[in-house]
Amino acid sequence: MNPLAIQAVNLFASGLLLLAFAMLAQRRIVALINLFALQGVALVGSTATVAWATGQRHLYWSAAITLVLKVLLLPWILHRLIRRLNVKWDVETLINIPTMMLVGIFLVVFAFNLALPISEFSRSIARGTLGIALACVLMSFLMMITRSKAVPQVIGFLSMENGLFFAATSATYGMPMVVELGIALDVLVGMVILGVFLFQIREQFDSLDIHHLEKLKDE
Amino acid sequence: MEPLAVLLSVPLAGSIALWLIGEREWAPEANAAVSFTTVAAAAWLAAGVIADGPATALDDQFFVDPLNVFLVTLTAFVGFTTSLFSGPYMRIEREKGRMTAGRLRLYHSMYQAFMFTMLLALTTNNMGILWVAMEAATLATVLLVSVYRTPASLEAAWKYFILCGVGIAQALFGTILLYFAAERVLGPQGDALLWTHLALVKTRLEPTIMSLAFVFLLVGYGTKVGLVPLHNWLPDAHAEGPTPISAVLSGLLLNVALYAVVRCKVLADGALASHFAGNLMMGFGLLSVVAAAFFLSRQRDVKRMFAYSSIEHMGLVAFAFGMGGPIANFAGLLHMTVHSLVKSAIFFAAGHAAQKAGTQVMEGIRGLLRVSPTVGWGLMIGTLAILGMPPFGVFASEFLILTTAMREHPWATPLLLLALGVAFAAIFGRVQPMVFGEGPLETLAYRPAVAPVFIHLGLALMLGLYIPPYLAAWYEQAARLLG
Repeated sequence: MNPLAIQAVNLFASGLLLLAFAMLAQRRIVALINLFALQGVALVGSTATVAWATGQRHLYWSAAITLVLKVLLLPWILHRLIRRLNVKWDVETLINIPTMMLVGIFLVVFAFNLALPISEFSRSIARGTLGIALACVLMSFLMMITRSKAVPQVIGFLSMENGLFFAATSATYGMPMVVELGIALDVLVGMVILGVFLFQIREQFDSLDIHHLEKLKDE
Repeated sequence: MEPLAVLLSVPLAGSIALWLIGEREWAPEANAAVSFTTVAAAAWLAAGVIADGPATALDDQFFVDPLNVFLVTLTAFVGFTTSLFSGPYMRIEREKGRMTAGRLRLYHSMYQAFMFTMLLALTTNNMGILWVAMEAATLATVLLVSVYRTPASLEAAWKYFILCGVGIAQALFGTILLYFAAERVLGPQGDALLWTHLALVKTRLEPTIMSLAFVFLLVGYGTKVGLVPLHNWLPDAHAEGPTPISAVLSGLLLNVALYAVVRCKVLADGALASHFAGNLMMGFGLLSVVAAAFFLSRQRDVKRMFAYSSIEHMGLVAFAFGMGGPIANFAGLLHMTVHSLVKSAIFFAAGHAAQKAGTQVMEGIRGLLRVSPTVGWGLMIGTLAILGMPPFGVFASEFLILTTAMREHPWATPLLLLALGVAFAAIFGRVQPMVFGEGPLETLAYRPAVAPVFIHLGLALMLGLYIPPYLAAWYEQAARLLG
């Protein structure tokens, strides 16, 4: 196995983790979308490197799908959406960045411990990165919990999917093609439905603050 | 496998056709016709499986065995009766101004898309496609939950989307781990996620990976089953969406999600050679039964209350499958069937009752029996059936579950009995004044669709008194498959 390729995959993986931290701390919506697109770039890079180093042809296809979907199409839809919804320059005020970073670090440690017994079984060149993938998933989860605006929550959701995709390429050499296509279709349809849905919410509440969406409770 | 092709292509084509038909007056009838064709295809498929045994199709990408063909038939059947109910119900909603032509178009199209995703989830052999179909089922229904565009329905749909999305993301991670374990045995080709192939080598799957995979799969699909503490989306989505959607969500989607869990459990059991997966399911199931029973007594909205009752019953089924063994599995399958039939019947009756009263708040619904005896009796008999009164089928399945629990896990029995008692007191005490009492109710613009209510209740009654031998044999085969 090419040691350079392993180093490159590890580099992309650490880039992904760094971006996850950056997203956790980012208050501005536009910047958040750009970070999401960058995460897509890191994914494409690592997938293509694994494909090149191992000769798994179908991984080139999944890299291409990722490029189209996560680097071009989804950020484009998101940019359009925030322009149409007039939330382009929204800044979120209620996040405590230092605490978030600390919780994030804790999550990374937790994820690495959880992934350790499993990555020992991996024959993939990128086995050390399973922990990073899980950490990305957990950090996106944290982001979804702490954000109070709808669009950042959606971005958190999408970046969780990025983490999962990375897990699939790092632990195994990618899922079977038909499954990957299905997942990509779900993500795309989900994004379109969310777009429709955000307009409905705004029409009803005149805002995308999901504090309006906390009325249904059990008395 | 012609019947399978018909079964899957009819709802998919129907979804597109209904979108094109749009706002025509006869769209509800067209919707029912599509659902009827689906039932016919399901019956055809089931007849084939009964005659020839399990089969696979399209390079093993699809497969049918007694377990899933039974759920396919149930899903198609309840989908059909619900489409019969939804015709008059939605016309009344239209009369009341809650639905518009555009919303009805979306509703009919998405209804069939939803049926398609569930049937795909049931018949696919690929655990990855199963995940894709489960996620697509959420996507198909999220706009239906918010179709009234009220603040409450938007909130319910948002919760549904986000919570089920996050949940199902856990299931994807579980599926990746499953593939990871499988690929070490089956090699890295496309068929390492095919359930029939996995079932053949399940004892050779790496236990460390499989146990973690099952935890993620259970949490992920368990969110869609509505197991406590992952149930938060369920009462809202059931209460705020249109009633036919509440009926299919509760009667069908929860079953399909539980089916996914059970398929994973079979693999995990094989790999782990321990009762780990079963214990987890029993734990979640018991917690759901007990927690839901106590939530029940705090409800004021009729659909919300019956949504909690669904959580309770799904918990009971998860508990039964968790115990495992031929009797508990048989009881679990029977309970899935009767719960689907009875709960959707209750939603039909409760939906019409809410239309008559102009509110879903139970204090506002009084004296159904006086104004509309059929709806009133439908709700009353349905409630008695779901509470486990003999001679309905729910009694039979709950009796089997409880006796098995008494023999194998005596500590759980008092908890289950307590929960069933609390649920009885809570539900019966609220339904009784709704049916009997006195109160102002309006007459509806269209005749309410009560035939589906009594068809479902009649079937549930039959299953309590007499299970036809071929059906019993079928349940037993399916129960054996589950180990």
